[in-house]
Amino acid sequence: MRNYSNWKWAVAAMVIVVAVGGTGCKKKASDPFPASDAVAGWQKTSETRSFAANDLWQYIDGDAEQYISAGVVTTSTSDYKYQGQLEATVDVHTMKDAAGAKKILETGVTNDAKKIALGDECIQYAQSVIFRKGNSLVRIVAYESTPETPQALLALARGMEAKL
Amino acid sequence: MESRREFLKAAATGAVLLGSQSKLALAAALDQHAAAGKSKVVVARDAALHSADGKLDEKRAQALLDHAIATYTGHDKPVEAWKQIVPVGKAIGLKVNGLGGKGISTHFALIMAVCERLQQAGVKPGEIVIWDRNARDLEACGLTISTDPSRIRCYGSDVAGFEEQQESWGMARVRFSKILTRDCAMVINLPILKDHSGAGVTFAMKNMYGVINNPGDLHPNNCNPGVADLNCIPVVREKVRFTIGDAMTSVYDGGPGFRPERLWQPNALIVGEDRVAVDQTAWQMIERKRAEMGMPKLEAVGRSPRYIATAADAAHNLGTNDPQRIHLMEV
Repeated sequence: MRNYSNWKWAVAAMVIVVAVGGTGCKKKASDPFPASDAVAGWQKTSETRSFAANDLWQYIDGDAEQYISAGVVTTSTSDYKYQGQLEATVDVHTMKDAAGAKKILETGVTNDAKKIALGDECIQYAQSVIFRKGNSLVRIVAYESTPETPQALLALARGMEAKL
Repeated sequence: MESRREFLKAAATGAVLLGSQSKLALAAALDQHAAAGKSKVVVARDAALHSADGKLDEKRAQALLDHAIATYTGHDKPVEAWKQIVPVGKAIGLKVNGLGGKGISTHFALIMAVCERLQQAGVKPGEIVIWDRNARDLEACGLTISTDPSRIRCYGSDVAGFEEQQESWGMARVRFSKILTRDCAMVINLPILKDHSGAGVTFAMKNMYGVINNPGDLHPNNCNPGVADLNCIPVVREKVRFTIGDAMTSVYDGGPGFRPERLWQPNALIVGEDRVAVDQTAWQMIERKRAEMGMPKLEAVGRSPRYIATAADAAHNLGTNDPQRIHLMEV
């Protein structure tokens, strides 16, 4: 009789744990896009737009094919501006697994790419930073090349990496 | 009341008639090369188009356009030249390309230069429609949305919508933007030259993926025969009659998106009526740049733009990709 009572309490506890877990106590997927001024000098200048794999062509046309074949699940994008002047676009591709992110990052890397210690792998060009962390691939592209561009992009990249 | 099918049929017929009229005007100016059975393509360049810090000189862009059109038509005076190209009293569409974002979209300076010359040639502001897929693409070109009929209009298919009636040719089963079917009598194609991760190269014919509801369906097999089939549908074949291709800035790899590390400034416009010949010329320009940068040919990386040859075959007959039949004028 005493054993039966313990068993009942154990089942009740499990039910509570499952119910709580399913109603909001689960860790929420974090939003990797920093809010304005979360990274010094950077303002978020557009809403975040998200595309499922099937709709990715609406954003990047035929380029979608290579992401789909690498297992993209969703792509989100937003525009930023640094110190009111330098404009940039940030794309976050969430892949099925880390191998997909690695495949895209390594596609077309050129000799002038500079390796940076960030996330699982990161490369930088004069006007862009691309890094991967887990199953996420992030590409930050600036529309102008100024002396400040590389450092500004890297700061934004670090801000995003910390949120992934 | 006219059914949609009847409307589309009428629209296509109108396009054929307009095409004939426009053809007459163009043919008068182009007898010389037409007689030789060649398609004329003009590549106009200005090495000083961009300043040392990469800024485009808008006045030089206007001059480059005039130079290209004068060479093409044989008329030194821009207004006379444009009168050979566009019919008066008809709505003229300018199909731009802003898909790649603001770093690699049809240049605002070129679009404005074309608008200015069109008006000088007698086209009223309200008869000019600048268009693309949606507001975002147009804004990437530096444009502002406007549907005011008394001014130059600028809006996307997201505003105009698509026909409900599906049109087909080969594998292409598409619904067209109402801007193409209803709002424009003739379209001048203003693509921007880019490498393309699927098609190999995107320029004149590929820009038509931006006039339909389902471009994603036409991407398999390096967009072949999707691009050629789409361009064979009468409303495209007949209405989109002239290309002023923007090769002032381009990406030679990693396209069609903006890849600043692969950006390049050919400082050129590529102009012609024969969309296949224009694309063939543009493709060779990309290949030369890739070779210069030590990159493999598109064929070697499985991205040869085979749709260009398909468009030239007997079934499609959209133009020629044979260099012997292209009268290339580099100025």
